[in-house]
Amino acid sequence: MPTLTLHDAIDAALTEEMRRDRNVIAFGEGIATKRHDLVEEFGALRVRNTPLAEGIIAGTAVGASACGLRPVADLLFAPFLCYAMDELVNSAGKLRYMSGGQFSFPLVALAMSGAGWGVGAQHNHNVEAWFVHSPGLKVVMPSNPADAKALLKAAIRDDNPVVFFLDIGLLYQPGEVPDGEHVIPLGQAATVRTGSDVSLISYGKTVLHCLQAAEALAGAGIAAEVIDLRSLKPLDEAAILATARKTGRVVVVHEANRLCGVGAEIAALIAEKVFPALKAPVLRLGGPDVPVPASFPLEQATVPQVDAIAAAARQLCAPQAV
Amino acid sequence: MNTNTPSVDPLKLYEQLLLIRAYENAIVDGSAAGRMPGTCTSVGQEATAVGAVNALGANDLILTNHRSAGHLLARGADPGRLLAEVMGRRDGYCKGKSGSLHIAAKELGVVLTSTIVGGELALAPGVALAESMLGRPGIVACFFGDGAACEGRFHESLNLAALWNLPVLYICENNQWQAYVHRREAMSRERVADWAAGYGIPVRSVDGNDVFAVLDAAAAAAAQVRESGRPVLLEAMTYRTRGHLEPDDQGYVDKTELAAWLARDPLSLCRERLIAEGHLDAAAAAAIVARVDERIDAAIAFADASPFPAAEELLRDVYA
Repeated sequence: MPTLTLHDAIDAALTEEMRRDRNVIAFGEGIATKRHDLVEEFGALRVRNTPLAEGIIAGTAVGASACGLRPVADLLFAPFLCYAMDELVNSAGKLRYMSGGQFSFPLVALAMSGAGWGVGAQHNHNVEAWFVHSPGLKVVMPSNPADAKALLKAAIRDDNPVVFFLDIGLLYQPGEVPDGEHVIPLGQAATVRTGSDVSLISYGKTVLHCLQAAEALAGAGIAAEVIDLRSLKPLDEAAILATARKTGRVVVVHEANRLCGVGAEIAALIAEKVFPALKAPVLRLGGPDVPVPASFPLEQATVPQVDAIAAAARQLCAPQAV
Repeated sequence: MNTNTPSVDPLKLYEQLLLIRAYENAIVDGSAAGRMPGTCTSVGQEATAVGAVNALGANDLILTNHRSAGHLLARGADPGRLLAEVMGRRDGYCKGKSGSLHIAAKELGVVLTSTIVGGELALAPGVALAESMLGRPGIVACFFGDGAACEGRFHESLNLAALWNLPVLYICENNQWQAYVHRREAMSRERVADWAAGYGIPVRSVDGNDVFAVLDAAAAAAAQVRESGRPVLLEAMTYRTRGHLEPDDQGYVDKTELAAWLARDPLSLCRERLIAEGHLDAAAAAAIVARVDERIDAAIAFADASPFPAAEELLRDVYA
C-alpha cells in the first residue's frame, strides 16, 4: 500500500475525481501554484489561481455549482471562512431550500486549521461547529491520509455543499493510502479501536491522541474504544449511540473550543437517547474559550493531550465515577 | 434604436410596465389590509426591468435581488404563482419557502436570487463560468442596486469577471436609495459606472425611466458581452418612488426630489411616447389597462385559493 501525506492524499483525490468527471474544477488561493501537477494534467481552465478574496471565491463556487460544474474551492485557513460566510451559509446552505428545491450546490470548500504551526488565532481557529449549526451544509474533518482521500472523493461526488476541514498538524504526516477506488460515504464514523470499558469519541488530530491514550489505558487494564467521527454533518448518530450503550462511559474529545462545540451535541445526544445505559456522566475535552495563541507551549495547551484523555477515561472508570 | 435591439412590440413593453405596477400595488394594498406580508417594491423602476429583460435572449440567465418583481414579470413569470409565493402558498414558484424576497424561477432562467445585498454579485461570476466552460450560449444578467455597489463583493465580482473573461452583463439599477439612506450619503462617486471603469470594464449609462432607451442600451451592452465574452456594466439612473419596505411613510425622503422623479414616471413617459408616435390611442390604452387588471384579479384569486404548504414540507428540500 503506498504511503502518502494528507496533503498528497488530497491531490490524489482531486486527480482521480477530475479524471472521472470533467465538470470537476478546482480553484483558490494558490492552488494552481502549489498543485502544479493538476494544472499539467487538466489545464489552466480547470485548475485556477484566484484573487485573494474568499467571498468571491466561495460565491463563484456556489454559482458554478448551481449551473452544472462541481467546484472544489481552496480557501486556505479556516478563519478566512469568515469572509466567505455569506456565500457558504446564506447561499450554498439556504438557496436550495428557499427555492423550493430548484437548485443543488455540489461544491467542496477546503480549509485548514489546527495547532502545530504556531500561526496564531487568525490562521488557527477550529470553526467546524459554525457550519454544523448552519442548515444545508455538510461538514467533514478527516484524521488520516487514507480517510482524507476517500472522504474528499465522496464530498466531490455529493450533490450538496461540503465544508472540508484539514488539520494543519496532520497535513504532512505520512500514512498508508489504499490504491484504487476507495470512497467513504459522508456520515459514516469509524471504530478505530474496539474496547468495552470506555468510549473515546473524536475527530481530526485528537483521534490520534485518543489512540495513544487507549494504548496507555490498556496497560492499566482499561479497554477503550475509539470512534473517529470523520464527518460531523451528517453525524453518525447510530455509531455514537452504539458505543455509548456498549461501554456506558464516554469522553468526547476535540481541539475546537469546548463551549458550544460538536462535543456538546454528542453529549446531549447520548443523554437524550441512551441515558439508562450510562454508568458515568459524559465528559468533554476541548479547547478553552480563548483565541489560540502562537507560542508553541500555549498553542499545545489548547489541544486535549494524551495524558488528559487517559486521565478523563480513568476518572470515568473509577469505582465511584463522578 | 441600434441594430442589436430586438424587435419588440412597444405596446407589449407598455403592458409589462402596467402589469408590474399593478402587481406591486396589489401587494402594497394587500399588505396595508393585513392580507399579505410587507414587501420591497420596485415602483418607479419598472422601465429598467422591462427594457433590460426584453433585451436578453431566451438562453440568457438572470440573477436578481429583493426588488425582483419587474425582472420576473418581464421574463414572463405568472403573477398568480408570484403572489402565491409572496403569500407563502404551495403553488408559489418556491413552494412558499422564499416569500417575496428571494424568488427564483429556474424554468424562466431566473436563478439564485439573493436578498443579501450584493449576494447576486458574488454568485454571478460562477454562473457565467459554468455557462462558458460548459459551452452554453447564454450570458448572465446580474441586477443589483447602488446599495450593492457599496458592498465589497461588487468590487470582487467585477475584478474576477474581468480577470477571467466572464460573460456577465452587470445591470445597476441606481435607484438613489440604499434602504433608508440616500446614495449621496453613501457613495464617494456620483455613479457606479465610475467604479466599474476602474476594472477595465466597458460601461454605459442610460435614463432608467425611459423603457425604450433602456432596451436600446441593454441590447447594445448584451451584444457587447456576447461578442467579447467579457463583462460590461450598464447603469440605469432611476428612482425608487416608494419606501424601502412596505409599509413606509417615506418621512425621510426629500419631497422636491421625489416630485421631480414622479413627474418622470416611467409609465407616463412610455404612454406619452406611444401616443405621440401613433402606437396608442385612448381605446387601446383602456383595453390594455383592463387586461392587466383582469390578470391581477385572477392572480389574487389564484394565490388566495392556493393552500399553505403541507407540514411535511418543513423538512424537505434542505439537502439534494
